[in-house]
Parts: sequence; structure tokens; C-alpha cells
Amino acid sequence: MLSDYFPLLIFLAAIFVFGLIALFFPPWLAGARTTTAKALPYESGIVPRTTARRRFAVSFYLTAMLFIIFDVEAIFIYPWAVILKGLRWFGIAEMAVFVGILLIALIYVWKKGALEWGS
Amino acid sequence: MNLEVVVVTLIKAAIIILGLLTGFAYMTLFERKVQARMQQRPGPNRVGPFGLLQPLADGLKLFFKSSAEPAGRDHLLYLAAPMLSVMAALATFAIIPVSGPGYITILGHNIGWYVMNANIGILWYFAVTSIGVYGIFLAGWSSNSKYSLLGALRSSAQMISYEMALGLSLVPVFILAGSFRLVDIVNAQNKWWFVIPLLPAFILYMIAGIAETNRAPFDLPEAETELVAGYHTEYSGMRFALFFMAEYINMITVSSIATVVFLGGWWGPFGVLPGPWWFLIKVVVLLYVYVWLRASLPRMRYDRLMQLGWKSLLPLSLLMMMATGVVVVAAQR
Repeated sequence: MLSDYFPLLIFLAAIFVFGLIALFFPPWLAGARTTTAKALPYESGIVPRTTARRRFAVSFYLTAMLFIIFDVEAIFIYPWAVILKGLRWFGIAEMAVFVGILLIALIYVWKKGALEWGS
Repeated sequence: MNLEVVVVTLIKAAIIILGLLTGFAYMTLFERKVQARMQQRPGPNRVGPFGLLQPLADGLKLFFKSSAEPAGRDHLLYLAAPMLSVMAALATFAIIPVSGPGYITILGHNIGWYVMNANIGILWYFAVTSIGVYGIFLAGWSSNSKYSLLGALRSSAQMISYEMALGLSLVPVFILAGSFRLVDIVNAQNKWWFVIPLLPAFILYMIAGIAETNRAPFDLPEAETELVAGYHTEYSGMRFALFFMAEYINMITVSSIATVVFLGGWWGPFGVLPGPWWFLIKVVVLLYVYVWLRASLPRMRYDRLMQLGWKSLLPLSLLMMMATGVVVVAAQR
């Protein structure tokens, strides 16, 4: 079982090395001549006055939280799908309850307006 | 572990990396050529015959460009972001069986057409695409530029929203195949490709896949007219190329997964060509669809995009999943 994953480890090591080379070798080869103006963040020619790391819209946090909730539930669905042929109607009933609760949650979030943008 | 596995895997890794790099390079040319033809212009045709050497020229240029780095960046994360993006893009390919069902025998060794054939199979794909989001978000956050940050925020919100639909649209396939192993999934399509009974799931998967890779008409993170270049505004030279590479390799991966799970992988209708050729043809057809969509459709508005993900694709993929389950169980005896 575990030996299935051994090639993956080697593959990851290989692409890590590739990434390191691509990240450092060409910039080293090309060299860099940094000037103050060059190092400014690009803002269409206007000199930036504040840092970019400021507070941002709460909708993004909401989306991230919703994602975590629903994605964890999706993970429960995958093993069910694989063994459904063995579970038969019992499996369908169980998943109907699960998806029902999931849909109620989705409708609740929907009605609460968490899926609206810019309002 | 033994040396044979190490050597074989390293060779496979080299083939995959070189193959994907070439694929990426020629995908850019393919995209420009097809789009140009759709807009009644010739496209790149100066470098080499039919512009075939254009990707090489572009690549060399990017290779020798210096990398300007913005002041006030987060040094470590600024470097880690392109690395994460490109590693996540390449790592997905470990599970994809390019051909099959058997082995290829070279010098008396039986070699599979994949890097990994573990039982988690496609879960690896979902896991790794989630890591790709970090690459994009860290790129935007660490470069301390407003355009980058906005692009990164949009991009991550979009990617995680569509990841739900992406994951759930494949559940019908798991029900039919009864396995996560991609080799098993392809073998289950020996007679009928899954796209025939599961056409709605295939369409859901492709829409979610296009949104997941930030391509037109869902390319909001890179909306040039408002965000310059989005999350990679502050990257230049080869480091920019790494993000570009990750995006195109992700397109190739989404198409490859669609080929393997829905379009029968290496199985061809006539059995004339060997397996890898069928695989390649199907992937290129799907990539053509990507370019076609980009040339045809205008960009969506951001709120519409998020609502499409949460209010349409998510309930529809749940519905498709339950319907498939009921039909499969009812058809059993």
C-alpha cells in the first residue's frame, strides 16, 4: 500500500528541484539593476501613498467560511459514492438526509444574503 | 525502497516535466493562432514556418529578462508563491494514466503509464488544486501592490467557490466506476464513455474547470482593463513565466482529467491508433474548446460569477449526484 506513494515522493522531489532551478537560475543569469522607481509597486504610473495590506471586503471571509463548511461535507460524499453499489437503497436514504441538511444550510445562507455581492 | 523505482520515476518525471513544458509552450501558440483565425487575422507567422518557433523565442526572451522585485515585499512568500503554483500544477499529473490498460515493457521492466496508481487517485487532484490557491493568494499578498492583492482576493474566492462544483460533479463517475483509481475509472469505460450517460456532469465539470483555472469567460482575476495583470502584476521575467506556466498546465490538467474520467482516456472508438494518441487527441480537442470560449464570450461580472458558482452549479451538481445514485441503485438487481 505505502509503496504506491513512494514514486509520488520522488516525483515531488523532482518537480521541487525543477521549481528551484526555474526560480533562481534565470534571474541570477540575467542579473538585476534595481532602482527606486523600479521597486515601486505598479499603480498605473501614480506613486503609491499607502501600503496595500489593508482591510478588505467581508464577503471574501464569508465565502472562505462557506467553502470550508461545504468542502468538508463534500469529502464525506466521496467514500459514499465509491461503495454505493453495495449500500443500495440504504445508502440513497442516508445520503438524501445528508444532502437535504446540506441544501437547507445552502438555502439559509442564500436567504441571509451571504451569497450576494456588492450590496 | 529499490533503485529501479527511483530511476524509473525520475525518468517519468523528466518526461512529464518536459512534455508539459512543451505542451505549455505550444498551447500559447495554438491559442494565439486559433484566436487569430477566429478574428480573421494571420496570428504569429514570422518566427519559423507558420510561427512554429514563436514559443521558443518568447521563452528565451523571458529566460534572459531580469526579475524586478517590488520594495516592501515579503521576501520569503514572494519567492514561495510561484514555486507553489507551478509545483501544484505539475504535481497533479502524477495520477494521470496516459495510456493502458497494460504495461509498457522496456528492457524487461514492466512500466506503468502513470507515476502513481494509489487508491486515493483523484482525491490527490482535489488536494493539490486546493494548494494551488495558496500560490495565487500568497503572490498577491506578498508583493504589496493593490492590483495584486485585489486580483488574488478575487482569484481565491472564485477558485474555492468553483472547487465545490468541480469536486461534486465528479461524484457520479465514482458511483458508476466504484473507485477513485483513475486506471479503474478508464477501464470501466471500456464499452461506454461516461460522457454519454453523464453528459450534464461533464458540462458542469468543464464549466467549473474553466472557472477553476481562471480562464475566459471567468478570467476576472486577470481582468486587464481593471486589474492590470491581477495577482502576478509585480512578477517579471522567469518568475512571471512560472505563473503563466502554472495556468496553462492547469488547463492541460483539467482537460486530461476530463479525458480520463468522462471521455474514456486511452480507449478509442475504432482501435486504430495506440492509446497515447487517443489521449492526446481528446486533450487537444478540449483545449480547443477553451480557446474557442475565450474568443467567443465576453468576461462575466464578478457578482454573477460567484452567484453562478454557489446558486447554480453547486445545487445542480448535488442534484446530478443524487439522480445518478438513484438510477444506479434502481438498475441493480
